[in-house]
Amino acid sequence: MSSEKERRFVGPRRGQLIFALFFVGVSIVLLAMIPDQTRWVSKTKFFAQPRFWPAVGLGLMVLFGGLHLYRLPWWRATRYDWWEVRKWGLVLEFAAWFMVYVVTVPILGYLPVTLIFVPALSWRMGYRTRFMMWISVAFAVFVVVLFKAFLSVKIPGGLIYEYLPGGLRSFFILYL
Amino acid sequence: MDLLLSAVEILMRWDVALALLTGSVGGVLIGAIPGVGPAVAIAILLPATFSMDPIVGLTVLLGIYGSSMYGGAIPAILINTPGTAVNALTTYDGYPMTARGEPRRALSLAYSASFFGGIFSVICLILFAPVLAKIAPMFGSREIFLAALLGLLLVVVAHRGQALIAGALAAFGIFLQTIGLEPVKYSQRYTFGSDFLGGGINLIVVVLGLFALSQAFVLLTDEDEKVRLTRLRGGMFQGLRELGRHPRVASVSAAFGVVMGMIPGVGEFTAQFMSYTYAQRTSKRPQDFGNGSSEGLIAAETANNAVPAAAMVPLLALGIPGEALTAMMLSVFYVHNVVPGPGLFQNQMDFVVALYLALLVLNVLVLVFLLFATRSLIQVVRIPNRFLGVCILTLSFVGVYSLRNSAADCVMAAVFGVLGYILKRLSMPSVPIVLGMVLGGIMEVKLRAGMARVKEPLDFIDRPVAFILFLIIIVVLAIHVRRVLLDRKEVKEAEWQTKNSSTRFGKLMLRRRNSFLKDRGKVVRARHSKLLRRLTGLF
Repeated sequence: MSSEKERRFVGPRRGQLIFALFFVGVSIVLLAMIPDQTRWVSKTKFFAQPRFWPAVGLGLMVLFGGLHLYRLPWWRATRYDWWEVRKWGLVLEFAAWFMVYVVTVPILGYLPVTLIFVPALSWRMGYRTRFMMWISVAFAVFVVVLFKAFLSVKIPGGLIYEYLPGGLRSFFILYL
Repeated sequence: MDLLLSAVEILMRWDVALALLTGSVGGVLIGAIPGVGPAVAIAILLPATFSMDPIVGLTVLLGIYGSSMYGGAIPAILINTPGTAVNALTTYDGYPMTARGEPRRALSLAYSASFFGGIFSVICLILFAPVLAKIAPMFGSREIFLAALLGLLLVVVAHRGQALIAGALAAFGIFLQTIGLEPVKYSQRYTFGSDFLGGGINLIVVVLGLFALSQAFVLLTDEDEKVRLTRLRGGMFQGLRELGRHPRVASVSAAFGVVMGMIPGVGEFTAQFMSYTYAQRTSKRPQDFGNGSSEGLIAAETANNAVPAAAMVPLLALGIPGEALTAMMLSVFYVHNVVPGPGLFQNQMDFVVALYLALLVLNVLVLVFLLFATRSLIQVVRIPNRFLGVCILTLSFVGVYSLRNSAADCVMAAVFGVLGYILKRLSMPSVPIVLGMVLGGIMEVKLRAGMARVKEPLDFIDRPVAFILFLIIIVVLAIHVRRVLLDRKEVKEAEWQTKNSSTRFGKLMLRRRNSFLKDRGKVVRARHSKLLRRLTGLF
């Protein structure tokens, strides 16, 4: 049976202990590194020291993080905690999709990569009908035209655009 | 009058008109899609607005901010799912109305209440602007430091039951903004010798990671929901007439929205809670609240729509954002070298009034759009969740990569995306990180400047505004400590199931002592020591 403290806890139980331990651990490691990573400047006021604000931030992280850990109603990791950590790991796949998109845009160009990325990820997510594929392609074209051609956001042209003939090359670099 | 005319002149441009239209329609659309929300949209669009004029860029973002809550009411009323987080209270009375066959009445009432809240707050603030212009110059470095500290404190204590972790995350934000080259002594802080960290961690990268990428991850790992839409019947204008029957509830709720919006870290949720409670307590039919009460719907929608305009006050007058969305807008100001704060009110008052007028026009545009386009608009709630995740991931790339064309920024955004995802899974707030970064930066600069002329600690609060702010900080802290102690007492009472005896530690010890001194206590103690002797004898 759960205690009153557990019932009043805001949020689910799974993963709380591991997150709190990780947060406090990282904070302590970072705080221990303060002499190496910051400088104490002589003839400078205490509040103007370059070390002052990192110390405030990290000190409060350790203090509040530690108190949060201490006040947690659970002190033992269960299998649900580890399942939760595995669930956090699942999003790394999508982070990897994102990074592949980032790395390939400067090489293959914004429009071609987006035209591959959106339908491929939609396919991966289970939207495999012809209608959804067309919607994905239309969305990809819309995003490129809106941001690169219309709003002129700074996204470089792809390296393969260099192999296009004169007029088309500059059009692709500027707008697609 | 001259001020008003010059403000109108700023707005009389085709690009501002287009920005108003795009912001208002886009905001309603974004608000109507559950799972997107204004924070995601603003984070993605932020870098795109850097190439625009400040007034154009800010109008787009303000449009999204101000109109998303109108759109958020649609799924809240029709499918019991709030479009934006602040529309959660709308479901209490909006959905029961739909369930009993009055979806149009609920929608039109929500639109009318939102419109009233929006217009009320803008008018209040236009009238209030001259007063602000007089007060704002009283804020020097010390006062701005204390106001930023108060803002951060309010953000932390506003997370009831999570204040410790909110404080730790705000401190994490303060630490993040210190990474990089320190601008005064030119020393590296936590760069680990890398060039990339030397430039510091960009706020927009963090915001995009925490809000946009994390939301994409949530949607991509979630299941699609089956949505059943109700057919709309009846007129859309009846809400305006019905709102007229509850002027007291509407105006008090709007006033709550304005006041709460101006206080950093408080925002829509508190305003809604207070106005809803007020409406219920003063209603002739309090039993209807939660079962489709028109007064409840008016209170919730009026209060949340009165907040956006009011939330611009601390940002424009002091340069202190009170929540994540205004923190994002602050970066637009900085990019264009427009420094919000007392100077803005003194030198560019027409710009401030122009922003408020833009909000006024925006509310009219949104109301007209919604009254005629709701039937088509409700189809956006049919977009599958995971496909939305694909769209947000694609759009997040534009936001992060267009900043500096840096793959390292994208890695950083992905890391913060994963962190944001974890925080969402654990129901922890990510807003304190963003505000810690923004307010931490302001506090560092202002404390250094403020302490330059301070000889004794008490000199820091020797000016009236600084002293008042210091007192407010003390009061906020005292109230929070009292609340924590009361909560602890309640937990103890619930665990011990006692209401009559004191739960204080000293009283508990006294009771134990008395119990031991009594005859019965002596018998019990003798039995315990006998058992203990037997037990130790076993080994």
